[in-house]
Amino acid sequence: MSSPANPTKTSMTSAYSPFARSLGNTLYRKNNLLLFLLLTPPLLWFGVVYLGSLFSLLWQSFYTFDSFSMAVSPDLTLENYRSLFDATNFDIILRTVSMAIAVTLACACIGFPIAYYMTRYGNLREKGFFYIAVMLPMWASYIVKTYAWTVILSQEGILYWGINHLGLTFALNHVLHIPAIGGNTLATSNLGRFIVFTYIWLPFMILPIQAALERVPTNLLQASSDLGAKPAQTFRRVLLPLVFPGVIAGSIFTFSLTLGDYIIPQLIGPSGLYIGTMVYTMQGSVGNMPLAAAFTVVPIVLIFIYLAFAKRAGAFDAL
Amino acid sequence: MVTAVEFSGVSRHYEQVRAVDDVTISVAEGEFFSMLGPSGSGKTTCLRLIAGFEQPTHGSIKIFGQEAAGTPPYEREVNTVFQDYALFPHMNVLDNVAYGLQVKGVAKDECIRRAQEALTLVALGEYGTRKPGELSGGQRQRVALARALVNRPRVLLLDEPLGALDLKLREQMQHELKTLHKKLGITFIYVTHDQTEALSMSDRVAVFNKGKIEQVDSPRNLYMQPKTSFVADFVGTSNVISSDLALQITGSNQPFSIRPEHIYLAKSAKTSNTFSVNGTVVDVQYLGASSKIALNMGQQTIAMVVSNAEYKEIDLPKVGQNLTVYWLKNCMVILDSPVN
Repeated sequence: MSSPANPTKTSMTSAYSPFARSLGNTLYRKNNLLLFLLLTPPLLWFGVVYLGSLFSLLWQSFYTFDSFSMAVSPDLTLENYRSLFDATNFDIILRTVSMAIAVTLACACIGFPIAYYMTRYGNLREKGFFYIAVMLPMWASYIVKTYAWTVILSQEGILYWGINHLGLTFALNHVLHIPAIGGNTLATSNLGRFIVFTYIWLPFMILPIQAALERVPTNLLQASSDLGAKPAQTFRRVLLPLVFPGVIAGSIFTFSLTLGDYIIPQLIGPSGLYIGTMVYTMQGSVGNMPLAAAFTVVPIVLIFIYLAFAKRAGAFDAL
Repeated sequence: MVTAVEFSGVSRHYEQVRAVDDVTISVAEGEFFSMLGPSGSGKTTCLRLIAGFEQPTHGSIKIFGQEAAGTPPYEREVNTVFQDYALFPHMNVLDNVAYGLQVKGVAKDECIRRAQEALTLVALGEYGTRKPGELSGGQRQRVALARALVNRPRVLLLDEPLGALDLKLREQMQHELKTLHKKLGITFIYVTHDQTEALSMSDRVAVFNKGKIEQVDSPRNLYMQPKTSFVADFVGTSNVISSDLALQITGSNQPFSIRPEHIYLAKSAKTSNTFSVNGTVVDVQYLGASSKIALNMGQQTIAMVVSNAEYKEIDLPKVGQNLTVYWLKNCMVILDSPVN
């Protein structure tokens, strides 16, 4: 503000106090200082709260758990990691990873055409509709949605009703008799669990693919066609390589979210622990924090391995 | 003479907009044919119709006698050089050029050999392992050219290929394209909004305006005998004289056009084969080799260009000065269409 004592003499000065002015000038000249001030709070948050707690967790995975006294002592050991390879624990890992792979593949196969339609064919209104349609389920609580699915998949549910009316009950029974997939009912089968996982994580696959597709100029596809490539060739040689980073990004979401989930395996599908439910049990009722920590390292390591393979396969060449 | 591309009554409408409206042209094999017009005049749409990215709403397009409507781009013997090159960013230069051969199932060795040949043709033989992102605009342009030519198309379509290059490079590429055209002997169809480019390179030029063709002619005829006021105005610069002024000068209200360089400073008296007019100098621009003088004649200001070599010894007219100028009657072009 201009000086109130001498209002007539202030025509040349700015509307800001000298202090604000000199501060503004200093920040303008010393760009690094401004950056430092802007970045310190988020970096502290990220560094301390985020990475700090993660490393503390990793550190605890080397602690010793005395199953006799049920107490944790800070004596470092590799025992927790060794026990991951015990038959029962390794089963949990295999079960979770195979589900995560299946869900990821399904999400990619379902997500790609939807994302493709959104990008290439939808006009502005349709695009808006699709965005809402993809995002809307994410606004509702995910536990509510999962409970809703237990009703949908139950024997009195709408799915059974529909299949019955289509006269396909025998086909469903056949599918439910397949060993690894089936179960007594859809709600207690791996198939049901797979359907719910795919439903819940699909938006996380569609959005990155859609963003990647949006960045591919149409004239590249036209150029490919112009040079004599049939649509399938254009897809495989031009479109897919350019969109692949988006598919990888989406698959990291669906893969890691499935690996870490502990709600869906409890509510839908057969009994048998998942990595998420195992962690939940270990740190909750059992109090074996070190083993729970060791289990949480599994998804992290798997994602790193996955990324290394993806990089080697040239998934990020088009970035 | 074989006809390479033939349009008969072709229209392309987008709802209310007539992007291309009843166009009939025929391009001979081996011809360097240009489509010239301002942006939005339908020239690029015509090119896309030939390439197959668009389908005509009405009319028929024949490529070497075969009806093209309904044939997808990948089954046509034409290749396009895109305005912004459209190189595949994830492939290196050699793979970009070899792409057309690879998708057609040509043996790998031959793909590489022919792609390398095509790159050498555009003087980029050493650049095969680079990514398109590492090349300059002019180099990308050449890669795009090589990528199209490697397929040995019967018609090469060029969509404002030099638009993004700077002036020197553009002139150099114009020369190279022309040389390439002579060497390969295939049909070039060239879309541009740059009249100098069209005039300097083409055998024939079609001038587009609002989806229609105004005139198809040799560059010389377009320049010397424009049929409509649009062509007179768009190709080169022209003074299009409106009916009112024409009535004063010639005694007839038929509008006509006269090129600035065909107007001379009056030295001698009026003769039977000239028209002379009076005006006030309102602007003199010195352009190096020549000078441009704007002359106010009451209703209209006309431009004239005088060669500075010719007027080296004498002073140029000054602003405000009254000036008498003349032109030869046979340099005037009487226009068909009324001037608005």
